[in-house]
Amino acid sequence: MSFLPYAVAVWIVGVGLYGIVTSRDLVHLVICLSVMQSASYLVLLSIGYVKDASAPVFADVPLGTRAVDPVVQALTLTDVVVGTTVTALLLALSVQAHKRYGTLDPRRLRPGRATRRHG
Amino acid sequence: MADLAPLAVAIPLIAAAALVGVARVVPRRVVDVMALGTSIACVVLCALVLDDASGGTIVHWFGGWEPRNGVAVGISFAIDQVGAGFALFVAVLFVAAFVFCWRYFVVIGPVFHALMLVFLAAMLGFSYTGDLFNLFVFFELLSVAAYALVAYDIEEEGPLQGALNFAVTNTIGAFLILTGIALLYGRTGALNMAQIGETLAGEPADGLVVVAFTLMAVGFFVKAAVVPFHFWLADAYSVAPTPVCLLLSAAMSELGLYAFARVYWTVFSGALGGDEALEAVLLGAGTLTALVGAVMCFGQRHLKRMLAFATVSHVGLFLIGIALLDAGGFAGTTLFVVADGFVKAALFVCVGTVQHMLGGVDELRLYGRARMLRITGPLMALLALALASLPPFGPWLGKAVIDQAARDAGAGWVAAVFVVASILTGAALLRATARVFAGIGPHDDPSIVDAPAPEEVDAELRYPHRRVPRTMTIPALALAAAGLGVGLVPGLRASFEGAGQPFVDRAGYAATVLHGQAARHGEALSLAPGPAEVLLGFATAACACGLAYLALAPPRPRLHRLGLATGRAIAWLRPLHSGYVGDYVTWLVAGAAVLGGLFAVTLTS
Repeated sequence: MSFLPYAVAVWIVGVGLYGIVTSRDLVHLVICLSVMQSASYLVLLSIGYVKDASAPVFADVPLGTRAVDPVVQALTLTDVVVGTTVTALLLALSVQAHKRYGTLDPRRLRPGRATRRHG
Repeated sequence: MADLAPLAVAIPLIAAAALVGVARVVPRRVVDVMALGTSIACVVLCALVLDDASGGTIVHWFGGWEPRNGVAVGISFAIDQVGAGFALFVAVLFVAAFVFCWRYFVVIGPVFHALMLVFLAAMLGFSYTGDLFNLFVFFELLSVAAYALVAYDIEEEGPLQGALNFAVTNTIGAFLILTGIALLYGRTGALNMAQIGETLAGEPADGLVVVAFTLMAVGFFVKAAVVPFHFWLADAYSVAPTPVCLLLSAAMSELGLYAFARVYWTVFSGALGGDEALEAVLLGAGTLTALVGAVMCFGQRHLKRMLAFATVSHVGLFLIGIALLDAGGFAGTTLFVVADGFVKAALFVCVGTVQHMLGGVDELRLYGRARMLRITGPLMALLALALASLPPFGPWLGKAVIDQAARDAGAGWVAAVFVVASILTGAALLRATARVFAGIGPHDDPSIVDAPAPEEVDAELRYPHRRVPRTMTIPALALAAAGLGVGLVPGLRASFEGAGQPFVDRAGYAATVLHGQAARHGEALSLAPGPAEVLLGFATAACACGLAYLALAPPRPRLHRLGLATGRAIAWLRPLHSGYVGDYVTWLVAGAAVLGGLFAVTLTS
């Protein structure tokens, strides 16, 4: 077991979070969120990784063939689906924000900012 | 009977799909009736499941993948009284929300109902599941449904930002939970909570277990809105449509804590159990949350934001109850969650009624304009008093039971936190009720630090309506009766106390899930509140009235100066709630680092 994938995952989380915190553009922010989420795919897959093993497809192979853990792959797939749903929803909100305010800068979208103009 | 539980999750999902399919060809009322009917069916199913579960934890293995020799490979629902009871509570709230919807929206598409039903299914599955990954999937499902529901009025200004902040912070929370689950799977090779708990038990917690625990705790605390992970909550709850607010405030935040408690007791308690340091850290977080929420609640003028911060404050109180890490504290918390949830839902319905009738939710702008709402006003005052722990109503009983448990555990000081939080939140609501419904007090308030709530654009076209629709009065009265009545029904407290013991018994839970052995539990503890608790309750409610009076008293120079000082004292909290998601994420990371550091120092030996 190598520590490299975990180190990369930590780095990806750091990069993603930094991007979210400093983002001046909603689309950029949403992509940073996806980048951060991809760290969990990496963690999951490396947990189930077995060296010199094949994919977990058990047709036409002799019994006892080494294979990587299929459970974490299923979890990763589920997580990809969930992540895509959230990304799609957030991008839809960003499009709406752009239509409404003409800007994608989250700093100019604070609640109360736009409303005070009318109030 | 155990086979009914999956139906309670499947039926709303199927109904949601069907609704979207048929909505083009049927009129709106048919959609309303279908959604309401589905939620009522869920109430019946949940009640049957609860009845079954009160005889002992029921376990349903999907596809018949039962454990062999105590090793679980399949996916299960493991339903104890607490989970079943929570599911029933959620289903009842949905019925109230759907009734309230009847006249609340002028125009509404079927997508709203479909999303609500998905939300319902996810919450029920979340309460029932015995599998850690399923817990995550239901968590994400309910979160995504909630993001979309908060943003439902997407043409308005607030919901966009509220939903964005909500979605970004909670997605990070979900990511942390999943990473925690992955680490646990890597250590134990299992996803079943009982199985992981059995594997971890008995060995001292090492670095990996503490990191996994921290990640999951932070994730659930983001959902529950524990300070400093709470910033998104007020932005989201204050802009969501009222029927959604009712569910978010009464059930979703509580679900975060339910998940934390469930995971702590089934998975981690064997490795981290009985740890006084953990208790201290959680008590600290709960106290901070309760006080920050209460102070912010007092400084609001937007009625929904006020209720949102009251929710934060109460989440802190719930966390204190759980932090005692024993059966008594947990039993009191379940009782408090149910009573308080119904009361807050009723308050949201009242505010929604005001909004429907007058087109605004700003305390100062609505000054005296709601006089003609003769049922809503007094009801809101009564509910505010109940939140300020007036005996013998439900919220008081819940707090009293937690107080007793805390005293038994040697943490009697938490009573003071309960008193302060109850006084501030109760007084804020009483002050707002008096201003809005009776036109009492000055038109301006120096202790209010919040910006004015946005006026609704088409207010003059649509408002005021002449009569309050019955579909708004009846849910308000029913929810209020449920919340207040929890304290009045004899025997109810005992059944909550009976549910506490099995919930915190990790070994018993594991034996039932993995070996099919019924767990045996000793005599249920009894925490009947004594006369001291009754007196304390009355005193707290009286103090809340007094504080509300001070806030509304005719402007006298000394009082005005006091108000200004209060305003200044709490003004520094407001800029922290900036509404900018980058700040919120920074707080999240900082909070996670502090919590992780505390856990690392205290839990590894």
